[in-house]
Amino acid sequence: MSEKNTRYRKIEIPARAGVGLKAQHYRDVLEGAPDIGFFEIHAENYMGAGGPPHAYLSAIREFYPLSLHGVGLSIGSHGALDKDHLARLKAIESRYEPGLFSEHLAWSTHDTAYYNDLLPVPYDRETLARVCDHIDEVQDTLGRRMLLENPSTYVAFEQSTMSELDFLREIVRRTGCGLLLDVNNVYVSAVNHETSPEDYLDSFPVEHVGEIHLGGHAPDIDDEGRPLLIDAHDRAVDNAVWGLYDRLLQRAGALPTLIEWDNDVPQWAVLAGEAAAAERMLAGVAQGTTVHAATA
Amino acid sequence: MPRLPDLQAAFSAALTDPDAAVPEGVTAPRGGRADKRFAVYRNNVTVSLVGALEDTFPAIARLLGDEYFTALAREYVRAKRPSSPFLAEYGEDFGDFLDAFPPLAGYPYLGDVARLEHAWLSAYHAADAAPLDPARLTAISESDVGDVRFTLHPALRMVQSRWPILQLFEANRTGEGKPPADLSSGGESVLVTRPVLDVTLSRLAPGASYFLNALAEGSTLGAAAGKAFENASEFDLAQALQAALAAGAFADIRMPD
Repeated sequence: MSEKNTRYRKIEIPARAGVGLKAQHYRDVLEGAPDIGFFEIHAENYMGAGGPPHAYLSAIREFYPLSLHGVGLSIGSHGALDKDHLARLKAIESRYEPGLFSEHLAWSTHDTAYYNDLLPVPYDRETLARVCDHIDEVQDTLGRRMLLENPSTYVAFEQSTMSELDFLREIVRRTGCGLLLDVNNVYVSAVNHETSPEDYLDSFPVEHVGEIHLGGHAPDIDDEGRPLLIDAHDRAVDNAVWGLYDRLLQRAGALPTLIEWDNDVPQWAVLAGEAAAAERMLAGVAQGTTVHAATA
Repeated sequence: MPRLPDLQAAFSAALTDPDAAVPEGVTAPRGGRADKRFAVYRNNVTVSLVGALEDTFPAIARLLGDEYFTALAREYVRAKRPSSPFLAEYGEDFGDFLDAFPPLAGYPYLGDVARLEHAWLSAYHAADAAPLDPARLTAISESDVGDVRFTLHPALRMVQSRWPILQLFEANRTGEGKPPADLSSGGESVLVTRPVLDVTLSRLAPGASYFLNALAEGSTLGAAAGKAFENASEFDLAQALQAALAAGAFADIRMPD
């Protein structure tokens, strides 16, 4: 069945558009062999010992660069990282030799309970030290540099003493990790906290960015009737986010860009269409021309 | 202001308690009320974990109806959080929870159906191994065959029940077969295997579960057959062996020393 012990040739993630690999699309990918820059998997979906998930992933890994994205490591926890979880992550990393590994600036575990959501952290010195210790541990265990993703948040903390950008910059300085810039998260957080997404993007330390994420969000309202955006990954990328992506590409140049669509997963062709739109904008940057979102 | 450990303790406690106040220090921008904002996290946690249970227990959801299942799953989520981010392990004791849930006392088969659904998922994610080639067994001389031992396939699971759980599973999950007309028509013990990619379920003949359990514990073929006869006088060794081989229950065979 599978190439369990095969050592794959490590393939760098190209500055192209990739998509999040969903079980619903295994057959579309293997039978249709679409021209996609890379696939990204959630590590937690491949933490079983064997079976169909690994069989399909092994087959797909033969033909495409693979990016590994963790959603459950809980780097922002005050408590210690789950050693069993870290060991499982290391096993997946060794088995598939992904081109990059990323995780979130968030927490999801308290004591031994896992909450299956990306929960926010306060931006203060105590949390900073904790997050940096955890990133050091991850990078030592995996033997590679990781990328840390900026979060979508819905609340603020009175105890925060630093801006999110200063917090991220300091993490990079202390740990040597890179950053994953999720442009949808930038937009969601900016709307939710009534700040400027353009200012945030224009100040983002793009020299440390190894990957970009784009995804869809759902509109809601808060207690005061003001807009509240939810990072739902359940629909197409919003036009405002495409616009920010364009703005980012002008400054940062072409970077690996992932389309995330994790809930209400569409037909393969719809997802591939989103990737093609990103790819046209990337190609425009690579050639020194601008392809605007409206025509992408 | 709370320090990080206290903040995360209060935050996490409030996530699965709908009556809890928003934790101290958690605000909207410019310090406004954050009830609806905090509720986004609370909702994400509950909805995603209820969704994980729906994915694992579709037959239970069908048997109870979506609305009842969602309410029940919320109760379970409130009582039990996953102990790991590998959510395929979540709901391992959902069957026990159903057994002990007083409003469902009139549906005593649900727990076993849930255990069968969890066994299905466990087999789906189990380690890969090639099933034993039956020719390896037929090549063994008759004088030695009683002394061989088997390594069971890593995806093998068994669920025993006083209720017709295989019929209930098939009628409510795959859409194949009809629900049993009479729930007290007799119990079914089910063998779950995954010889290659597809999880397969088959009904175990009388005594077969004792036979396979004894083999799993390292008994010889002869001793395992003896154990099965002790517990079920109608046990048919040739039939049980053939069914187990056909289902991919074994990964390897070990000759007597």
